[in-house]
Amino acid sequence: MTVFLQQLVNGLSLGAIYALIALGYTMVYGILRFINFAHSDVFMVGAFAGYCFARVIPHASIGGGLLVMLLAMCFCALLGVVIERLAYRPLRGDSNLAILITAIGVSLLLENVTLLIFDATPKTFPTLIPYKDFSILGGVRITSVELVVFAVTAILLIALQWIVLKTRVGTAMRAVSFNHQAASLVGINNDRVISFTFALGSALAAAGGILWASLYPSIDPYMGVVPGLKAFVAAVLGGIGNIPGAALGGLMLGLIESFVNGSRFSTYTDAIAFAALILILIFRPAGLLGKFQVEKV
Amino acid sequence: MNFELLKKWPKTWLIVALAAALVAQIFSNQINGYYYDVIIKVGINIILAVSLNLINGYTGQFSLGHAGFMAVGAYTAAAVTMLLGPKILPHGTGLFFDLGPIALFVAALILGGLAAAIAGALVGAPSLRLKGDYLAIVTLGFGEIIRVIVRNIDSLGGALGLNGIPNYTTLFWVAAVAIICTYVVLTMVHSSYGRGFLAVRDDEVAAEAMGLNTTRYKIVAFVIGAFFAGMAGGLYGHYTLSIDPKGFDFNRSIEIVVMVIVGGMGNTLGVIAAAILLTLLPEFLRPMAQYRMVLYSLLLIVLMLTRPQGLFNWRRGLKPALRA
Amino acid sequence: MFRRLTDFAPRAFVVALIVIAGCKPQNYGGGGADTGGDIKVGEFASLTGKEATFGQSSHHGTELAIDELNSEGGVLGRKFQLLTEDDLSKAGESKTIAQKLISRDGVVALLGEVASSRSLEAAPICQENKIPQISPSSTNPKVTEIGDYIFRVCFIDPMQGKALAQFARDTLQAKHMAVLTDVSTAYSVGLATYFKEAFTAQGGEITVEQKYSGGDRDFKAQLTTIKAANADALFVPGYYTEVGLIARQARELGLTYPLFGGDGWEAPELVQIGGDAVEGCYYSTHYSPEVQDPAVVKFVAAFKSKYGSVPDAMAALGYDSAMLLADAIKRAGTTDGPKVRDALAATKDFPGVAGKITIDSNRNAQKPLVILEVTNGGFHLVKQVAPE
Repeated sequence: MTVFLQQLVNGLSLGAIYALIALGYTMVYGILRFINFAHSDVFMVGAFAGYCFARVIPHASIGGGLLVMLLAMCFCALLGVVIERLAYRPLRGDSNLAILITAIGVSLLLENVTLLIFDATPKTFPTLIPYKDFSILGGVRITSVELVVFAVTAILLIALQWIVLKTRVGTAMRAVSFNHQAASLVGINNDRVISFTFALGSALAAAGGILWASLYPSIDPYMGVVPGLKAFVAAVLGGIGNIPGAALGGLMLGLIESFVNGSRFSTYTDAIAFAALILILIFRPAGLLGKFQVEKV
Repeated sequence: MNFELLKKWPKTWLIVALAAALVAQIFSNQINGYYYDVIIKVGINIILAVSLNLINGYTGQFSLGHAGFMAVGAYTAAAVTMLLGPKILPHGTGLFFDLGPIALFVAALILGGLAAAIAGALVGAPSLRLKGDYLAIVTLGFGEIIRVIVRNIDSLGGALGLNGIPNYTTLFWVAAVAIICTYVVLTMVHSSYGRGFLAVRDDEVAAEAMGLNTTRYKIVAFVIGAFFAGMAGGLYGHYTLSIDPKGFDFNRSIEIVVMVIVGGMGNTLGVIAAAILLTLLPEFLRPMAQYRMVLYSLLLIVLMLTRPQGLFNWRRGLKPALRA
Repeated sequence: MFRRLTDFAPRAFVVALIVIAGCKPQNYGGGGADTGGDIKVGEFASLTGKEATFGQSSHHGTELAIDELNSEGGVLGRKFQLLTEDDLSKAGESKTIAQKLISRDGVVALLGEVASSRSLEAAPICQENKIPQISPSSTNPKVTEIGDYIFRVCFIDPMQGKALAQFARDTLQAKHMAVLTDVSTAYSVGLATYFKEAFTAQGGEITVEQKYSGGDRDFKAQLTTIKAANADALFVPGYYTEVGLIARQARELGLTYPLFGGDGWEAPELVQIGGDAVEGCYYSTHYSPEVQDPAVVKFVAAFKSKYGSVPDAMAALGYDSAMLLADAIKRAGTTDGPKVRDALAATKDFPGVAGKITIDSNRNAQKPLVILEVTNGGFHLVKQVAPE
């Protein structure tokens, strides 16, 4: 039983981070119907930004840690807006596929520029959250870092839901995702809303990056590739374009991974995760929480 | 560009092209080893790009798992030559040039292609219920599943990969398969049956309404595309002599997708040109050392920003024209 | 106007392509086209990509050796020219690179690679062209089995596995072993197999085995299962990039027994990432900078002043591979492939900085192995195991 609970805890903390990254994918897709391949690398840049900022801020204090995270989030929000402006906006409305290639190009660019600046040696991420471990429920170990991951993810999720449901700009986001022509007809500045969405998604990715780097303190320019892919799968699993779905998908994927990794089949983890995805999509083609868009002719 | 001449006598052009490939093969040992290597790579990429173009470009199905089909073909073909070879070959045929290895190789390639085609049918099947980006993810998933399964089969080498594959690939075989693949794809798409593919791409609902079995077209596209990808995989394996599951991952699939999109979806000749360009480009950039990939990615971005319809797409505007 | 340019672009591209394709290449034919002047030595390494740390390390070692050789006037009155290519840590690149260096650039020998899988890709090309290849640190036995032109300056995994099994039984007093293998690399899978064979042959028992994939960051699932089984120690034959995290997570889960592994552990990042978790852990490797050999001291100092860091095993072996090649060329009296190959095969007690190298009949190096312990954030020599 202890093993089961331990795997549960492991899975949830991993899943929380997948959820944060998945949110970025799902928001951008909801608004633009476009898979932002560069998102996983914004996650990586967030971690590296945190690495740089942490050099100037005293370590191992919760306040300092949160400040670093905030700075990294702002930096990546800016980066997201710049990328959108330069690489995606000129192609908006055109063929969906040209943007895809540009996104791949941006992804490669981010990876290789970071490689040039920092070289390939994995860097040790500084301790932002003072380490302490606890033993709960009879033998299940949980660390302070994991607790912070849960807390921050929960806070960010609630904040995001609040923004999307209760603020003007959030309503504008939803309007643009339903029908962008109608949205601009009612006076919404689509460009601004889209920039804001990218900023928000990138900030969440940066938060994910910092939390990931706190859990696994080794960062390198390619660290975003695998978590990014998994988060994307999570977003689709939950129904792409659906925000609670992305969170649900992320947690589910984290749990699946954790339990499979601890079993005999650990080498098949990726395959099993994808197989689960395919099965779910066959029975629910729009993902778990997605609404099946009836195609009108 | 006037293709009327090409369209008039397709079979003749096929024979001419194959003959040219044979001639090239005879003179191939005059070519510097490095250039020969690059030409083979280009040829294999052409096969991959043209076969993916059938699925992505002509039928409009967004497939991100093409490297998985390549893997199935590569491992199957290698298994055939390495397991059956020692049993069949020692009995020579006594002919002037030994047909044994050639026949074995061709059989291996075809079997590899067939295995990949079966995988293609499996991957295409969910397309019944899934559209667009969801199908993309499923194809991606299949590609990864194939790779993980292969990595776990120890008799195929597992993580170390499969070594000691016999060196059967030559310029002729690569050129021949490339020529045949292009021929098949082009003639199919230009036939009246082939209109169906384009119909599925342009407006699937209308096509269904007209009575076309869109699911069957989609699956046929996947099967044929996968078949040739499998042959490309077989050729690749018998050239590098050592194959590794890592070489057939998501990144490889993306490389091929980039070629199709840069070439202009549904433009076979454009896709061929793009395959050549994108295979040669990293080679040309080698002197740039660590700036190579930065330049490559910048070029990709600039390329799509300036010519989003694809580099070699001479059609103005982006909506695919009514004739392919 | 810009439109017009972009319309013109594709045609220009195609024309340029045809022109370039039509250009006559400079030298046709096979390798060894050595026409005097500088001696060209080829090197391929993973300078970028996932294993970039190893590639850059080994490259620095090789580069240092070539520089030192040239400052002393080279060999046979000729200086060396090192032609290095990056294989991007990717499968499929090494073969093209080997082909290019041999056919187009005319190198007399090829140095590389660290990773066994990439050495295996290039080896058939070298063998076919009769160009000697020296791998600095590929430890999988299959590499030198490709042909008699393929050599290595390091020990092979069967030996490493056996030495570690012995160490586990004798020094760690372990009877029940947990093994955590990286299934994405030939190195880890191979080393695990040899270790398990040796360990069970000596009467030990493998109580639990778990697997992970290179690049993974979370091992808690596997470690939780390991913890639930009964073991005295944990063998992790992987690379330092994951071992640091594995150690941390093991301690976080309450695992207190020692971890140990092979030469893939060695890098300063092991301690940076692993921190306190790797204290008291052990690993085997090819050399230790602590060995008080004057050649080693000189090498460490020279490396430090040129690159600003203490050389690790990959750097030392990269250095040795270049030095051995130069020595073989000197002994052969020529850069001719077959003669250099024979000189390499005849190497006996060559004083490498990573230990004395004697090339055996399988073209592997018979070399001592060292076992290091992590103490106070540094790596300290605990045991030396002689070759058989």
